[in-house]
Amino acid sequence: MNMIPLFVAVPLAGAFIIPMLSRKFKWFPDVLGNLVTLALVIMSFAVIGKSGVYSMGAWKAPIGIVMVLDGLSVLLLVSINVIAFASTLYSIKYMEQYTSKLRYYSLFLLMLAGMNGVVLSGDMFNLFVFLEIASVASYALVGFGCEHEELEASFKYLVLGTVASTFILLGIGMTYGSIGSLNMAQISEQISQNGMNNALLFAIALFIMGFGLKAALVPFHAWLPDAHPSAPAPISSMLSGVLIKALGIYTLVRFLFNVVGVDERLLMILMVLGALSMVIGVMLAFGQWDFKRLLAYHSISQVGYIILGIGLGTPLGILGGLFHLINHSAFKSLLFLNAGAVEYSTGTRDLQELGGIREKMPVTANTSLVASMSIAGIPPFNGFWSKLIIIIACVQAGRPVFAALAVFASILTLASFLKVQKYVFFEKLKEKWNDLREVPALMSLPMVLLALLCIVMGVLLLPIGNTGVLENINILEPAVKVIMDGTDYASKILGM
Amino acid sequence: MIYILCLIFFMVGLYGVLVKKNIIKIVLGLIIMEYAVNLFLIMLGYREGGVAPIISEGDSITEFIKHSVDPLPQALVLTSIVIGLGVIALMVAICIRLYEKYGTFDITEMRRLKG
Repeated sequence: MNMIPLFVAVPLAGAFIIPMLSRKFKWFPDVLGNLVTLALVIMSFAVIGKSGVYSMGAWKAPIGIVMVLDGLSVLLLVSINVIAFASTLYSIKYMEQYTSKLRYYSLFLLMLAGMNGVVLSGDMFNLFVFLEIASVASYALVGFGCEHEELEASFKYLVLGTVASTFILLGIGMTYGSIGSLNMAQISEQISQNGMNNALLFAIALFIMGFGLKAALVPFHAWLPDAHPSAPAPISSMLSGVLIKALGIYTLVRFLFNVVGVDERLLMILMVLGALSMVIGVMLAFGQWDFKRLLAYHSISQVGYIILGIGLGTPLGILGGLFHLINHSAFKSLLFLNAGAVEYSTGTRDLQELGGIREKMPVTANTSLVASMSIAGIPPFNGFWSKLIIIIACVQAGRPVFAALAVFASILTLASFLKVQKYVFFEKLKEKWNDLREVPALMSLPMVLLALLCIVMGVLLLPIGNTGVLENINILEPAVKVIMDGTDYASKILGM
Repeated sequence: MIYILCLIFFMVGLYGVLVKKNIIKIVLGLIIMEYAVNLFLIMLGYREGGVAPIISEGDSITEFIKHSVDPLPQALVLTSIVIGLGVIALMVAICIRLYEKYGTFDITEMRRLKG
């Protein structure tokens, strides 16, 4: 049986069954939410190494809407669903502080369906629809607490997100007007036959703006430091961990590399945007005293690394970028869960108020130490390897300035996380935290899980493709291949 | 030419979003932007003196294609109107909650988040 549509159908069904049945059973949202995400994790591991095309309603490619599974989609699917599972597991206890679990899980699964749809879609307009499903659910989730800050952040995010979506829709309209098709493969084929025209260039500019806003690249980053800290912790970890990547980076890369085909100018734009985000994000993070806000600024900076790596356009650069993408989703989600755990136990996120809670909350402290070292790029954690690859790729591609900037940003990241560790977990225990308790087991379990992932993910780099046993977990190389093949994408999809 | 009018319409909406301080006016700006894009999409499929894209028995396909308007943008616009409705409903709901909390629609007075 073809599994591709199930990635959207299962969470979508879950999202609507939960509100129908949970008025009777209080435990129902927790159980179903976790079952759905667990099923999705298993499904996404089952499709590793596979590829395929699913035509909705059995209408074939250029006419009907297709869903496409290839290396890049698999990479994103795995990271989305693993993080989603960790987040739902964490939500069981964490979300008891909030009023309505039923609505929370319903929105969560809608967002998940949207994200899975975005990475599987092979049609521009279908991609837009899924993107909107994910965005609208995330607007509502950011404002879930309904307090002053949450509503303000949600409104800001909503306005900027809607502007971005409108730009994307206008871009899709422009593309349709000049090509006459919405199927990505067919657009790509037409562009390689007839070349570019001005309408298409305008559409590309609109897409860079729209998707860049969703990915929070630097000139478009203003909403992220408000929106991500205001959401409940598991949602912050979803937003920072995977949403900006699925809606921003994936769509940008898919469109630029596979649909229009990159050239020097586009690569340069990507690299400059990446380097800007990398440096400015980390500098803004430096002065922050709110735990989650600091993490949110670091998301901007790390997204910069990913875009810089992919923007180099060399196989090594793309490998580094994609590797950093999955690494970042592991350690940044973990850090947000840690911040949530600290807030759950102490009720504050202010770094200066905390101090020395290491002895009281050993699990949180140790997992956050792992995540901090990963994000700061300390060997042997996963962040080190991906940053190293990106820097080597920069040097190899003859861009020493970008390499130097990457090193510089990495040092600032390290400094900033030393600050977090020092103020929150080390130092002397403050009087008022004397009767602090560790978070419940259901909350520490996902944190431990993600910390283990951070440690073992370096394995993905080893040349395991040919050794037989581990062949199935090699998810990076096919993804790199998809991007490197560029516009050959078209012939594959239309041929299938 | 008509496309340029659409773009001007779009820019009017964008101006509203960027410059206005009242959150209701920002919402209106977004609505204008959305409608400008919808109009643009509809214009893509329009042709002068076109007929509705419904084929009936006995029509020859080649003749029909020469006269009918393009149905695809119409489908897109329907979808995008529905999405727009959802977004605007959420936006207005948040505006109401913001008014309950802050007692004002002025965005410059909602400044709890900074840095």
